[in-house]
Amino acid sequence: MQTNFFRKIIFDEKSRSLLIQTLVIGIFALFIYLITQQTAYNLEKRGISSGFDFLHISAGYDISIRLIPFTSEDTHLRAYFVGLLNTLMIAVCGCFLATIIGFLVGIIRLSSNWLFRNIAYVYVEFTRNVPVLVQIILYYSILLNLPKIKQAIVIFDNFYLTNRGFFSPSPIFKDGFSIVAWSLVIAIIFTFFLKRFLKKKQEETGKQYPTFMINSAIIIFTPIIFYYIMGMPLEFDSPVLKGFNFKGGMVIRPEFLGMLFGLSIYTAAFISETVRSGIISVSKGQREASQALGLKSNFIMRLIIIPQALRVIIPPLTSQYLNLTKNSSLGIAIGYADLVHGFGGISLNQTGRAIEIMMMVMLTYLTISLTISFFMNLYNKSVQFKGNA
Amino acid sequence: MSSTTIQIISRSKYYNWLVKNLFSSWVNTILTVIALIFVYQVGSFFLNWAIFDADFRYNFQGELIIDRGFCSKNIMPGEYGACWAIIFARWNQFMYGLYPIEEAWRVNLIYALLPLAIIGILFDKIPFRRYFIYFTFIFPFLAYFMLYGGPGLSVVGTNKWGGLLVTLFLGVTGIGLAFPLSILLALGRRSKMPIIKSLCVVFIEFIRGVPLITLLFTANVMLPLFLPDGVNPDNLLRALVAVTLFQSAYMAEAIRGGLQAIPRGQVEAAQSLGLSYWQTTRKIVLPQALKIAIPPIVNTCIGLFKDTSLVLIIGLFDLLGIGRAALADMTWTKLYYEVYVFISLVFFIFCFGMSRYSLYLEKKLKTDNS
Repeated sequence: MQTNFFRKIIFDEKSRSLLIQTLVIGIFALFIYLITQQTAYNLEKRGISSGFDFLHISAGYDISIRLIPFTSEDTHLRAYFVGLLNTLMIAVCGCFLATIIGFLVGIIRLSSNWLFRNIAYVYVEFTRNVPVLVQIILYYSILLNLPKIKQAIVIFDNFYLTNRGFFSPSPIFKDGFSIVAWSLVIAIIFTFFLKRFLKKKQEETGKQYPTFMINSAIIIFTPIIFYYIMGMPLEFDSPVLKGFNFKGGMVIRPEFLGMLFGLSIYTAAFISETVRSGIISVSKGQREASQALGLKSNFIMRLIIIPQALRVIIPPLTSQYLNLTKNSSLGIAIGYADLVHGFGGISLNQTGRAIEIMMMVMLTYLTISLTISFFMNLYNKSVQFKGNA
Repeated sequence: MSSTTIQIISRSKYYNWLVKNLFSSWVNTILTVIALIFVYQVGSFFLNWAIFDADFRYNFQGELIIDRGFCSKNIMPGEYGACWAIIFARWNQFMYGLYPIEEAWRVNLIYALLPLAIIGILFDKIPFRRYFIYFTFIFPFLAYFMLYGGPGLSVVGTNKWGGLLVTLFLGVTGIGLAFPLSILLALGRRSKMPIIKSLCVVFIEFIRGVPLITLLFTANVMLPLFLPDGVNPDNLLRALVAVTLFQSAYMAEAIRGGLQAIPRGQVEAAQSLGLSYWQTTRKIVLPQALKIAIPPIVNTCIGLFKDTSLVLIIGLFDLLGIGRAALADMTWTKLYYEVYVFISLVFFIFCFGMSRYSLYLEKKLKTDNS
């Protein structure tokens, strides 16, 4: 009877897997229990209190790069949001620039010009085989070696390149500018419907319309017309050298530029490889068939090659965006005040709430990662094969 | 008559190549000229800076460079390029960190034996491969004994390790420890048992969703909190824990890709022969899956090797950390480009080598399967 029972547990697949899983859960629970016990004991012994109340006390440090106002009297919670916004800002700018460089380089790598092709190849091999951290620090030190403010490099009269950053005029919005901005939004929405309408008409009549040209014209000229109607409600405040620094205008700090160049140049090398393999993956017959149908070469690229290449490109592109976002946490090495540097570094040192802060930082990155994956998956679905096939 | 024909043909071979690849059209010709100018400008600038106008150990007056004041470029600004003397002066630190220099032969021995330890894994058609594999399994213990010390050898604490030693230690050990762990994770993720599967999924996705730097911070700050009083792993070990967990999640995904590529028929055939789960996995599935997965695994290894530079941020002195320490030294400060270019070059050599190996494997796999 009893031997039968044991036999059943060991040789019956269902009960065996139940046994194994119960054991695993038990061990896991014990592990967690021991760790929490030990941690609570250690925290108590070291006199570290826990909880999230620290979020509401003032941070006591300043953050130079910020999108929302922040002073040292503001709370740690606000420091968290400042850091989060900085992380998102560098991630978005980095992805944008990396995509542009990556697509360019990827296409150049397929060029028929041997020299061009190989310059791109050298770029790819040299940037993707050197750690992104080394590159960020290298570009940052180049930026710090730019001329001092007094000897600033002047570009187009109002832009100054110095070792303290890139100074440029800042826009001042006057009354009525919101109308110009709204006109742009409405123009974009309008072109969306226009595109649908023209496509439908093309399907009915067979006549082709220069949709892209029409829509570009609408998007570009609507705000310009409104800009003049409203009496040019936009002025620029140029930076002026006063004493040891520039007054007015706005500045892009070398920390941001260093991060931006490091992240986007590094990631662009990977993106260019995915773009290249995506374009190669479209079989030669597709191009030949569309040539046989008499399509012009830019139509072949736009209607035949790119939609099919995108199917191959999107999934690895997503993981490159994710990598870039995660690598943006390296700002701490050059003092870019992102989430890890400000909240995860200085706040942690000041409050000593390591567990709470690291948990918040990690969960934030997880959320960002999952959000990017989610939207890229949506986009991916929209470019994948449609229909019954 | 015939000789001129041959001449035309032989000339046209190069001529054809040039026309086809560089001057096929007007646009192409212009692009070629622009590219040539670009290559000439960048290339001559870099070569002049790095080699022709550079100081190595002696400056232009023939003096040994002992601090940055002796660099030719600091004596005659604008005339000279890089000053590589900082690399020579700090060579021992770049290679061994603060490892006692009279014991450095131990590190050199391990550096020399490392290729022998991995050659058996990398290539499957070398003579005496079996003995190389045996050596691979002995090597970690040998390396531990030689590097850390023990009976007969003085103990060198890991706080004295640095430079290439730390970079290679974290890279090689991280990959070595992560490999078995990642196989278990990949199998667990494909397991039919829901609890084991979800544990593996959560672990893998969590690790892949957060940056390595947060894991390093966590290991650095929180590991001591998790552990009992007596157990206090040093900084290098903490970093190793983080790096191993990180690498195992990425490697597990690469291996899962290989597992998915195995046709179901293989498993079913093995089961119908009466093989158990572990027999099927060990003898049928894994050998095939790993073979397919090696190129992506190597790619994750390249990623990890580059990521070891992040330990600088938690205060370890890897190659980059040593480089920054050298720049912080008043006698050598401001030679950024020399230091960072040198470090980039070291990383480039290792990573480029690995990526070539991965390409070689991919080619080999293609011919094997056809």
